[in-house]
Amino acid sequence: MAKALYIDYQKCTGCRLCELVCAVKHDGISNPTRSRIKVMKWEAEGLYIPMSCQQCQDAPCLNVCPVKAISRDEELGRVVVDYDVCIGCRSCVAVCPFGAMNFNVIDKKVIKCDLCDGDPQCVRFCDVNALEFVSPDEISIGKKRDAAGRLSKAGREAGVLLAEL
Amino acid sequence: MPLKRKIAYIDLTTGDIEVKPIPIEVRKKFLGGRGLDAYLLYNHTKKGCDPIGPDNTLMVSGGILTATCASATARTHVMAKSPLTGLLGSANMGGFFAPEMAWAGFHHLVIKGKAKHPVYIYIHNGEIEIRDAEGIWGLPVTDAQWAIRDDLGDQEVKSMVCGPAGENLVAYANVMTGIKNSGGRSGMGCVMGSKNLKAVAARGTMDIKIAHPVEALEYNKRFIDQIISAKVNQTQGTLGTPFIWGATNSWGGIRCRNFQYNQCEYADDIEPERIDEICEETMGPYHMTGCFGCQVHCRAQYKITEGPYAGRYDEGPEYTSQGAFGGETDTPRANTVLVGNHLVDQYGMDNLETGSLIAWAMELYEKGILTKKDTDGLDLSFGNDEAVIEMIDRICYRKGFVGDTLAKGGIQASKVFGKDSFQYLIQVKGMSNLHSDERATPALALNIATGSRGSDHLRSRPAIDLYHLPQDVLRRIYSTPIPYDGPLSSEHTEYIGKPWQVFWQENCYMAVDCLGICKYHTTFLGATLPNFEDWPKVLYYNTGLDMTPEEIWMVARRCNMIERLFNLREGLTRNDLEKGDMLNHRYFDEPTRRGAPEVVGRVIEKDKFIKMIDEFYEHKGLDKDGNPKPETLKELDIENEPSHLV
Repeated sequence: MAKALYIDYQKCTGCRLCELVCAVKHDGISNPTRSRIKVMKWEAEGLYIPMSCQQCQDAPCLNVCPVKAISRDEELGRVVVDYDVCIGCRSCVAVCPFGAMNFNVIDKKVIKCDLCDGDPQCVRFCDVNALEFVSPDEISIGKKRDAAGRLSKAGREAGVLLAEL
Repeated sequence: MPLKRKIAYIDLTTGDIEVKPIPIEVRKKFLGGRGLDAYLLYNHTKKGCDPIGPDNTLMVSGGILTATCASATARTHVMAKSPLTGLLGSANMGGFFAPEMAWAGFHHLVIKGKAKHPVYIYIHNGEIEIRDAEGIWGLPVTDAQWAIRDDLGDQEVKSMVCGPAGENLVAYANVMTGIKNSGGRSGMGCVMGSKNLKAVAARGTMDIKIAHPVEALEYNKRFIDQIISAKVNQTQGTLGTPFIWGATNSWGGIRCRNFQYNQCEYADDIEPERIDEICEETMGPYHMTGCFGCQVHCRAQYKITEGPYAGRYDEGPEYTSQGAFGGETDTPRANTVLVGNHLVDQYGMDNLETGSLIAWAMELYEKGILTKKDTDGLDLSFGNDEAVIEMIDRICYRKGFVGDTLAKGGIQASKVFGKDSFQYLIQVKGMSNLHSDERATPALALNIATGSRGSDHLRSRPAIDLYHLPQDVLRRIYSTPIPYDGPLSSEHTEYIGKPWQVFWQENCYMAVDCLGICKYHTTFLGATLPNFEDWPKVLYYNTGLDMTPEEIWMVARRCNMIERLFNLREGLTRNDLEKGDMLNHRYFDEPTRRGAPEVVGRVIEKDKFIKMIDEFYEHKGLDKDGNPKPETLKELDIENEPSHLV
């Protein structure tokens, strides 16, 4: 099974290094508007949420493309744009429910996360592991374990309360 | 290319805006950031200008590496003649502003004149607009930033603002960006307020082409690995700067009750772990946030949990706020520090100066120089938490005799308070000292006495002097890139070799400030972090500029000398207690009373201190009076300043 980009926004410190290395890796240019990943921030609440392509199984961008320029690459688990076919109509930008399909106004083309061909630089540079590149089944197992821990803790606390009554 | 970022001259009186490129020869001489700011300040302000008059010039800049693929290059620098000291005003802050300004096309702004009514400057993809700020004037720091975003209809705009303190011309009002990033010291927010300039806002989507992107990316990774492998940065990334509070307090390095003690007796309540505990429910699992592109993430996040400010969100408190609102005033209670920190963040005033001056006023109250009549009935006793919070408010809004007077800054206030109030003021060049007590650490005492912007720990402090590093390690650090075979001592209570360490650190910090890198990424708190040997590669891969470690060292020396020239022009003389490289008499006369055995009973020995200054001047190429020797100016290629190259 191809790995997936997993974002745990609770760990994100909001530094936006992912945006910088994404742009430099793909275009050799520092400019966050060229980044495929983007941290949305609510500074006044300390909330930072990295947004990137979910590489959907039934991808709206793929479905909407009038010239069939978008396809699934099962080997790397990603949705890719064929720029030889793309006409730049931006239908995919309009339809993406995550805002993860971008339009680069400088080069005038749509851009999206390509998982850096299997070595995502955003993951490599994210020291706090807010971004991880893992097998999709590992994601839910990890979350199950965390949730089970919380349930168990809540159960024990409830038990203590009952015992005190 | 980063080197294509421009410089803009903005005249607020006439509304004229002129944009120029930064010539390569200027880059090679001053790089950018603080160094180039110092050059611009020296060239664009007239001798003796009024710091809060239209003739003062405000510089806003990013370093030469800002917004490139180099780690932690988020620093914004601001510089002007200081309303607090009448000498060099200079402050450096993290956050996201300088990179945004670079993507908007600019590395340097030179802001002159005074607007007729409140305005803000908006920089957007190569264009500069002066906009009306009537609806934003008066707003606290974060509200002002959000109001600017609404005004421009763009939530990605980053602004650098002054708060109500700046508008009210508090002499140590700061400039702020984001929630807590402060260009804190020397009153740069006051300069903004005096120009009717509420904010500088930036939004940019312009390319910065990296000269050698593959190498830059890989070297950045290596750099980050080196930086976060340092234990000191891992701890910073968990607890923030307060991690040094407990250790520093236990050996006796924290000023308490202004300068009467060098240790806070009950300080556990403001330890970072305790603050984390109180604020646990309101923060994510990491509790930390960072500046642009930085993996150290040293800023804690918190929510006040009790009292009238309960529910307010903020970042910090830093080590400086612990000292300012806990140590010096002897109010080491978590809520006082959290609220004090929040208020200065929202009012836009320097926490160090505010806390220090309140502690000074408290000592004057204790000594009877200030009375209840002067304080309008406020009990200004040490340990009174409410009085600390109340005084922050009074200073910002210049309420009452003491509030209004303290807002003028320590030296001006001492002239109003009279008697021997000046004797109790812990300052150098008119700027209050950090809450640290340097009586047991001669190297640190030399650093605060000679800092170009006054008493300060971020201009030349050899902080690693406290680590008792082995001689060979010290020698390895302090002999690059310039060989040094003079004495060096691992003992922090010693005087020998310290002038070279302070001189070396002065150049090291100037270099990072020119490059735009944060000090946590160099030889400041960690002895293993990058310095002169590492920077040429980062500079070359990102900008294509090919410089040797020795050349970067020379840039740093040159820029430090320009700052010195500016201070000399504005009246610095060696032994002047108000404008010189001299410490308050208490450092020499009052022995320390608390702390570790080797710390108790220490004073700075005056004859040895004077020898240190002599030696420090020699390293810098100054004569005995502290003026540059003609051959030094020639060596540094600044014998014809002001040269008006830009």
